[in-house]
Amino acid sequence: MATVIPRIDVGDNYKEKYGFFDPEKFVFKAKRGLNPEVVKEISWMKNEPEWMTKFRLRALQIWDKKELPTWGADLSPIDFQNIYYYLKSTEKQGKTWEDVPADIKNTFDRLGVPQAERKFLAGVAAQYESEVVYHSLHKELESKGVIFTDTDSALRDYPDLFKEYFGTIIPPGDNKLAALNSAVWSGGSFIYVPKGVKVEIPLQAYFRINAENMGQFERTLIICDEDSFVHYIEGCTAPIYTTDSLHSAVVEIIVKRGARCRYTTVQNWSTNVYNLVTKRAVAYGDATMEWVDGNLGSQITMKYPSIYLMEPGAKGDVLSVAFAGKGQHQDAGGKAVHVAPNTSSNIVSKSISKNGGRTSYRGLVKVYPGAKNSKSFVRCDALLLDEQSRSDTYPTTEVDEPQVRIGHEATVSKVSDEQLFYLQSRGITRAEAETMIVNGFIEPFTKELPIEYAVELNRLIQLEMIGSVG
Amino acid sequence: MALNSESAGKLTHVMADFEIKDLRVSVEGREILKGVSLAVNKGEVHAVMGPNGSGKSTLSHTLMGHPNYKVVGGQVLFKGKDILTLPTEERAKLGMFLALQYPVVVPGITMSNFLRTAINAKRGFDGKDKSKAISVKEFRALLKNEMSVLRMDDSFLSRYVNEGFSGGEKKRAEILQMAVLKPEMAILDETDSGLDIDSIKFVSDAVNKMRGPELGVLIITHYTRVLKFIKPDYVHVLVNGEFVRSGGPELADWLEAKGYSEWVKEPAKAPAALEAK
Repeated sequence: MATVIPRIDVGDNYKEKYGFFDPEKFVFKAKRGLNPEVVKEISWMKNEPEWMTKFRLRALQIWDKKELPTWGADLSPIDFQNIYYYLKSTEKQGKTWEDVPADIKNTFDRLGVPQAERKFLAGVAAQYESEVVYHSLHKELESKGVIFTDTDSALRDYPDLFKEYFGTIIPPGDNKLAALNSAVWSGGSFIYVPKGVKVEIPLQAYFRINAENMGQFERTLIICDEDSFVHYIEGCTAPIYTTDSLHSAVVEIIVKRGARCRYTTVQNWSTNVYNLVTKRAVAYGDATMEWVDGNLGSQITMKYPSIYLMEPGAKGDVLSVAFAGKGQHQDAGGKAVHVAPNTSSNIVSKSISKNGGRTSYRGLVKVYPGAKNSKSFVRCDALLLDEQSRSDTYPTTEVDEPQVRIGHEATVSKVSDEQLFYLQSRGITRAEAETMIVNGFIEPFTKELPIEYAVELNRLIQLEMIGSVG
Repeated sequence: MALNSESAGKLTHVMADFEIKDLRVSVEGREILKGVSLAVNKGEVHAVMGPNGSGKSTLSHTLMGHPNYKVVGGQVLFKGKDILTLPTEERAKLGMFLALQYPVVVPGITMSNFLRTAINAKRGFDGKDKSKAISVKEFRALLKNEMSVLRMDDSFLSRYVNEGFSGGEKKRAEILQMAVLKPEMAILDETDSGLDIDSIKFVSDAVNKMRGPELGVLIITHYTRVLKFIKPDYVHVLVNGEFVRSGGPELADWLEAKGYSEWVKEPAKAPAALEAK
């Protein structure tokens, strides 16, 4: 049986379930704003090697020089000098939830993280503000040589492995926000899966912003060695404040020959968060990279998970869903870059706009000369729930190799009176019927999620649908 | 228009279980139903027959509350309420059911999910009081039984609502919904159209099995074929938005022989003798 639509009460909205906040407590909080002193202070607090301090400072210089993107969503309201770039809430990281300070543990309890961990996860990371406060990994995976830790610890504990890959997929000069992250990064996940090891149960990280005007800049690095497999899931929420917070992550993934990596995101930031994320993976011979990317929350999201198909047989999938309600702009999509012959990519984007919300699909398919017999298919489906909402597609295709198969399809649809009438004629209310139609629309996405997340996503959609009516 | 009530074997002052009174409906400003009256009691099967464009679909859609059909006059009484003021879902919860001529595709929603949501909606399950929701066990048992009558296999339940269904599968799915929702007043809109002979038999068997003192049925059809399988108690002829004749099952046979030519040729001059039965 596929997705069940759980029912909840009107008024049980984001604010109650995710939008709460705890009194701000910290052992260290950097001064507001961004400058070399703040960057040096972060590096000093973390007791980093000199090369990392230099890396950060160099990135800050790039940040100063580069311009914000002028395409995509409007980023002009962000006051980068009004943001706190580093906030450490607790001195130590817990290996058990009992080690985590009670108020922070309480937060993750309310978000259901420990419960999920007990039920169906092989490892969990919980990041609160700038630092990862809890980390666990099944003993069995540890003994197989799997590394799942926070990125700061990885720099300390696996310096060689770290240095070999860090910043190689997304260098600081890639774009202004990657430079920002490189200068002030903190937390995030570091995963190494050894040759031939399949991590059958998902690993999960949960990112929580609690403080006002906070910037969260986690940095995630995943290395799948040959013929390995891992499924990594991230979720994120924040309280609702009247002023803006910023989330700007960098995620780098290396999928070696014959390996497969799936990266699933259920982004549900509160609508005062600017979510500007750079995600990129490289896939080598016969490797598979899959981005499963769900964006429900945030004020503005700009995120285009990318896959570079480096060697023959590499395969890349991007499956994304965006939901934009009132005042939200989800500018999302995917990129597939075919460098080698016999590579294939598949990008499916589903977007829903409601109450004047705006979704944009922005994508790139690039095929380099010599990448013969490459295949790429892009499909964008938009569902508009009312006349005020908006959806655009900005697909770019650059093909420098004649011997390829490239396809693109786009549809825009509305919830039809006939569908609503049909469902209502079976006793289902209009609001519930609309929710059903929306959940059905994103079913190709939901069915790729572990069942617990599928149920949660359907619930979130229901909140969005009913919350905005009630 | 007392003639219809009479034809239903009731005196006009006795309230029927389901009563359409002088119903007038317009679509995009054009009057399609021009004062239609009909009384259906539980336990009875009525057939409304008529040529294309006579207003059959307008009748079925209006009774269920489709937003494109504007009621300009009249009443429809069911369980002491004028249902014309109720939203579609409330009519369904009250015990009405419409099997659509063209069932709608709902991508991504499985039949199983759809059926369960509908059953729970009818039971008044508000997401909280679990005792009102149908249990998995009960749901399975209910479906198993009804699906065997309709010769539907389990794979049906995991398919998306009407997506890729053949004509016959769509209609069987409609009747399956009727069977599990157990309405007290069912309207079957052209349920026989697009059906092969096997499907028409399975569908009819299922409907006949549901017939009984707790169910009134209104079969809307162009052709007499389905009435050979589901025997109506009463037949009414709808032409140009008005009932022109009512009678027993023999009227269907008469129509099969003669067709609608009498009325369709000169609909404005339908002889009074015919109208009076």
